[in-house]
Amino acid sequence: MKQKKVRVLIAKPGLDGHDRGAKVVARFLQENGYEVIYTGLHQSPEQIVNAALQEAVDAIGISVLSGSHNYVFPEVMKLLKERGMDDVVVFGGGTIPEEDIPPLLATGVKALFRPGTPLEEVLEFMRENVG
Amino acid sequence: MNYVEEALKGNQLAGARLIRLLEEGDPQGIEYLKALYPHTGRAFILGLTGPPGAGKSTLVDRIITELRRRDLKVGVVAVDPSSPFSGGAILGDRVRMQRHATDPGVFVRSMATRGHLGGLSRATGEAVLVLDAMGYDVILIETVGVGQDEVEIVDMAHTTAVVCLPGMGDDIQAMKAGILEIGDLFIVNKADRPGADEVVKQLQVMLEMRTAHDEDAWRPPVLKTVAVRNEGIPDVVDAFYAHRDHQERTGILAERKAKRQMHFFRELVKEMAAERIFGAAEGSAEYDRMLEGLRARQIDPYTAAETLLDQTLGGR
Repeated sequence: MKQKKVRVLIAKPGLDGHDRGAKVVARFLQENGYEVIYTGLHQSPEQIVNAALQEAVDAIGISVLSGSHNYVFPEVMKLLKERGMDDVVVFGGGTIPEEDIPPLLATGVKALFRPGTPLEEVLEFMRENVG
Repeated sequence: MNYVEEALKGNQLAGARLIRLLEEGDPQGIEYLKALYPHTGRAFILGLTGPPGAGKSTLVDRIITELRRRDLKVGVVAVDPSSPFSGGAILGDRVRMQRHATDPGVFVRSMATRGHLGGLSRATGEAVLVLDAMGYDVILIETVGVGQDEVEIVDMAHTTAVVCLPGMGDDIQAMKAGILEIGDLFIVNKADRPGADEVVKQLQVMLEMRTAHDEDAWRPPVLKTVAVRNEGIPDVVDAFYAHRDHQERTGILAERKAKRQMHFFRELVKEMAAERIFGAAEGSAEYDRMLEGLRARQIDPYTAAETLLDQTLGGR
């Protein structure tokens, strides 16, 4: 019996406790049929990538509101490559200044959503890029 | 990547992708599993079950730490429910276990029930086999939060712990005939809360009635823990091993393993038979007519099922 489901890891790095955005996205994806693995707060890039590896996810969504996006995203991309997981789609959201977005996308991050993005946009992105 | 070779070496990426194939019912996954199978049967399989909010995930987290302290490699399969409406799921058991995410001796896999009843997911057993072949010494299965009847874990685990909470007094009465019968040990978690001793006492009274008056019979211990404060965990792990030693000594473990094997086999036959029967019937005009008749209530489902089976398997 074939039972395909898209699996997504939602992670929240950084020392801050602002996990509402991550939880709203997690909930929204669940309501749209995705299996969401939620890791909780204060995740290091290594914890995120190892969790994604063990859970065999198709995509990783990272919420950053601590200003550490220029460290977190490139580090996650680097670790994914090292582990042979280049096929995992990485997207993110949070308080990321406009000018920081192009260099982050250049590291292989597929999309970055800034505050105020309608949830439907995230869903559209998922359907197009992940499944 | 050669999944089988790599999984046997303990490669987590290979193991994870293999479990994913099995979870999706990919026939190639089954071929890999056949190759892994001779390397299974070594792990000690533990089940942790109990009502929602009892602290199962936090307990698993602490038990992992204790097992690692004893130099054992630990695999975890944590099951959470799928939404019956969207088919999606939020799997949050990892939140409590993430401290182990960078420990190469620990592998945590979350699974959604995907409509499967009984407290586990359809592929839980297969995930356990993969982790077993990968060389994890202990495999912990955390069920969904259960009520009374989700007792599938006993067919899967060698030793099952039922987690209870203080203040469950009347619930314990109600649960008597359900999951309370399956515990090889009982954990009263959050034991710093009022009412813990009462629950312990009630469980002990209930267990006294349950246990045979036989010298050799296993007497399930009732243990108090405060998982968030890491209290009482070594005793729980000791009790797991005490139970296993007892089961080995009395031959019950071998019996239970054989029973588990039979259960697994029967479930597999059912699943494969259904798949073949529907696969063969689907698309035929005769089958379509049958479905039409069922919808219109012109035939009853019993006759229809018998007819379908007679047609595919031959008459009785």
